[in-house]
Amino acid sequence: MEGLSESMQLLLEVDPYVYNIIGVSLRVTGMALLFSTLIGIPLGTLLGLTNFRGKPVVTALLYTGMGFPPVVIGLFVFIMFSSVGPMGHLGWLYNIEAIITAQTIIAFPLIAGFTMAAVMQVDRNLIKQLQALGATKLQAAWSAIKEARVGVLVAIIAGFGGIISEVGAVMLVGGNIEGKTRVLTTAIVLETRQGNFGVAIAFGLILLAITFLANLSMIYLQKKHLFEQN
Amino acid sequence: MREKSFQIEGLQKKYSGFALKIDRLNLYQGEIFCLLGPSGAGKTTFLRLLNFLEEPDEGEVVYHGYRFFPGNYTPPLKVMRGITTVFQRPALLKENVWNNITYPLKIRKQKINQNGILDIVEELGIKDLLKQKSNTLSGGEAQRVALARALVFKPRVLLLDEPTANLDPHNIKIIENMVTKYAEEEKPAVVWITHNHFQSKRVGHRICLMEDGDIIEINDNDTFFNRPEQPKTRAFLSGEMFY
Repeated sequence: MEGLSESMQLLLEVDPYVYNIIGVSLRVTGMALLFSTLIGIPLGTLLGLTNFRGKPVVTALLYTGMGFPPVVIGLFVFIMFSSVGPMGHLGWLYNIEAIITAQTIIAFPLIAGFTMAAVMQVDRNLIKQLQALGATKLQAAWSAIKEARVGVLVAIIAGFGGIISEVGAVMLVGGNIEGKTRVLTTAIVLETRQGNFGVAIAFGLILLAITFLANLSMIYLQKKHLFEQN
Repeated sequence: MREKSFQIEGLQKKYSGFALKIDRLNLYQGEIFCLLGPSGAGKTTFLRLLNFLEEPDEGEVVYHGYRFFPGNYTPPLKVMRGITTVFQRPALLKENVWNNITYPLKIRKQKINQNGILDIVEELGIKDLLKQKSNTLSGGEAQRVALARALVFKPRVLLLDEPTANLDPHNIKIIENMVTKYAEEEKPAVVWITHNHFQSKRVGHRICLMEDGDIIEINDNDTFFNRPEQPKTRAFLSGEMFY
């Protein structure tokens, strides 16, 4: 109870430490979600609409990516960006660029996988008929994404959920540096370890609130289609 | 002199156990060419070849000066966009009727001529449905929307794959009247697959009977129905199961 009241107090105060962490979290998650959406939706649509020789292998790889332990992805990104790694010259390790990279790798298979499943539900006859009306393959694919918009929205929400709550990979590649790479999840771990349960609870509540509000906004954007009656 | 639309020579498309073969056939602008024949005769395959949605194995198609053959069967976009098909089962976007009808114009980045569209939807009796979602339409209404969306961009070739197969006489009449009027006014080449030879008699200028991928007979409406040349055509018209 003491921790809870301490957390409320912290939330009501305008503490730059807290707002900095919220800011870094939103920036990192926003950028990672943007990149993973830009990769995941076209990839999922391509896999959902086309057939090619290596499709089962690519699909299996995608499904593996959807269930891949984030901390292993963190390890992979750490090695890539470490001073002896192939991309060490970029100097991204312990910077938000490394966190964004890791989170993008975590989220894009989720977005691509759910998008693929959603696009596969679109009536093939519709795609055929749109092409017969003069739609190019790209225009037909875009129409398919719009037809599968509810599923695609779920895909983005899944990607968002996968990265906003991520801690292992972020800790590994970001280093939890105050004012630089400390995000809500890594701050919760740190404050809990230090026995500052009130602060940890406050960060937890903020994380919950952000997740809820982000999901609510996405649902509102598509509420007409999500809750439409036939 | 009628303007040629398609000139077809030695066209062949093979599937396992089936081959469509058309030795020589010309299709003309302003003509409604009806295709009759049993299921599996190759009518839909022929339509898909005319819409360039499938590539033949052999032969040549000349379309308004463009020559197409196996290996070169992808027309330029502007040519492709002059040809369209209305299918037996209309598939519409999960949008309202207006958005479905204007879709072909939007993808062509063409200006939406509201009056022109309103004329078409009025003719088809779907003017009151424009704001309605496509999933609330009956089969007949959906097919009329599908025809409207095919006509708004004034195609030079209109391919109809049994568009009235599952419709009641009221809807059939509306669609027949609309296509006939469009053919008279805009002079497209119309190829119309139907299982109903009474329908082909009502709307067709030339009638073609197909069986097992072969053309049995092509003749003008009067000759085909009143003085058919082939025994199979006579059997077909008299209601015998010739196949």
